[in-house]
Amino acid sequence: MEWVQQLINGISLGSIYGLIALGYTMVYGIIKLINFAHGDVFMIGAFVGFYAITGWGLGFFPALLLAMTVCAILGVLIERIAYKRLRNATRIAALITAIGVSLLIEYGVIYVRGAQPEAYPNVLPNKSFEFFGAQISSQSLLILSVSIVLMLILQFIVHKTKIGKAMRAVSHDMDAARLMGINVDNTISATFAIGSAMAGAAGVIFGVYYTKIEPLMGIIPGLKAFVAAVLGGIGIIPGAMVGGLVLGVVETIVSALGFSLWRDAAAFIILILILLFRPSGIFGKNAREKV
Amino acid sequence: MLKVDQIDVFYGNIQALKGVSLEVNEGEIVTLIGANGAGKSTLLKTLSGLLKPKNGSIQYLGDSIGGKPAQAIVKAGISQVPEGRRVFANMTVEENLELGAFLRKDSKEIHKDIQKVYETFPRLLERRKQLSGTLSGGEQQMLAMGRAIMARPKLLLLDEPSMGLAPLMVKTIFQIIEDISRNGTTILLVEQNAHMALSIANRAYVIETGRVTVSGTAAELQASEDIKKAYLGGH
Repeated sequence: MEWVQQLINGISLGSIYGLIALGYTMVYGIIKLINFAHGDVFMIGAFVGFYAITGWGLGFFPALLLAMTVCAILGVLIERIAYKRLRNATRIAALITAIGVSLLIEYGVIYVRGAQPEAYPNVLPNKSFEFFGAQISSQSLLILSVSIVLMLILQFIVHKTKIGKAMRAVSHDMDAARLMGINVDNTISATFAIGSAMAGAAGVIFGVYYTKIEPLMGIIPGLKAFVAAVLGGIGIIPGAMVGGLVLGVVETIVSALGFSLWRDAAAFIILILILLFRPSGIFGKNAREKV
Repeated sequence: MLKVDQIDVFYGNIQALKGVSLEVNEGEIVTLIGANGAGKSTLLKTLSGLLKPKNGSIQYLGDSIGGKPAQAIVKAGISQVPEGRRVFANMTVEENLELGAFLRKDSKEIHKDIQKVYETFPRLLERRKQLSGTLSGGEQQMLAMGRAIMARPKLLLLDEPSMGLAPLMVKTIFQIIEDISRNGTTILLVEQNAHMALSIANRAYVIETGRVTVSGTAAELQASEDIKKAYLGGH
């Protein structure tokens, strides 16, 4: 029964990775950039949630929405200020810029508020109940449902709305999308906004679940989410969710087996294996479509 | 309707179009023929706003559209069927058609137009829920044309619609181009298959290494010995 418990922990952790991975994969899909500042957007989301709850006394859901909004705006600003002018530059130039933006956000936050960690307030009722002999907290169930709902909303946006169709068109063929009258700049901004909002939500959820946040907290989950995105097949939205869940479950299993010091290594071993044996990821296609 | 006056277009330092001028009148089929790399696609890309002319002007229905963004040009009524079809392979046939109507807001009329496209291209109706990347080359060409028509263009730019297609399919595609023209859409057709293009066009321009070298009615060009030798393979 221990295993059911671990599985649920793994899925909760994995859904956080999945939410962050979505932003990586969406941005990569549309402008072929690994946005290494994405983990820091996640961190900003956690802090916005924290200040909203402790400073303004907001509840979980209003804080979540506020963090998502702030992160969406931040994502658009990052793209407009730092990446837009590099759209025709080499990919390595854009990548280095992304690392620069990441450092700027991390140390900008430390400069403004200091490096000390904060304890996340307890905003959700925490009852636990038995489920197949495992102890499940209502908190982890709520977190899991919020993640799933956000992923479903994202699927809806991408497949059923006009902006979602524009995003898919731009990611497939930018010039052909222009010929349809699609405004490519606005579509890229929308992609950053949505991906960053997901990361912001993940930040608040992470804070509530793990209770400790600090300005460098985005680095490791950011890298893990990047691994999750590659695992699922970078650029493929369902791949990011599945990659996140797989990674979360694997990490939890590794810990449960008594190798908790190896937990972080597990993620990167997965990355190395996937790059060696299936670089296009679980859902990636190796063959290109015919022209 | 469209008046291109002395435009120069560059890719970096390389000049692809050198003082190109041409005119398309309402209701015409005008064709632009020339060899690979002569600048045909460059001209269409410039007309659609994907490239900006460095010098010269492009007048369309009395407005200057040279250098305007692509979405403004689509909105003004110029659609393009690009070279190599460029359908959105990761989306269904119907989603491709919907994207063609991206700037339109009249969803009822859009729906009617999709049905009209299916009447013109029954093959697309059979495959409406299929990913467009799985279509054959000819079907993708039909889809690319249907998609462009969905914007209800006044002027349709076609870039090498016959490329890579079987002769029978080329015939079908050209018949459809004539139908579109009869329904009141003006057409500028870029082709390497000069024989087919001249057979349906009213007027033609020949472009060589970025310059327009010959222009005239389609009949004049078909009769010209030089054109026969260079582009019609002695037909």
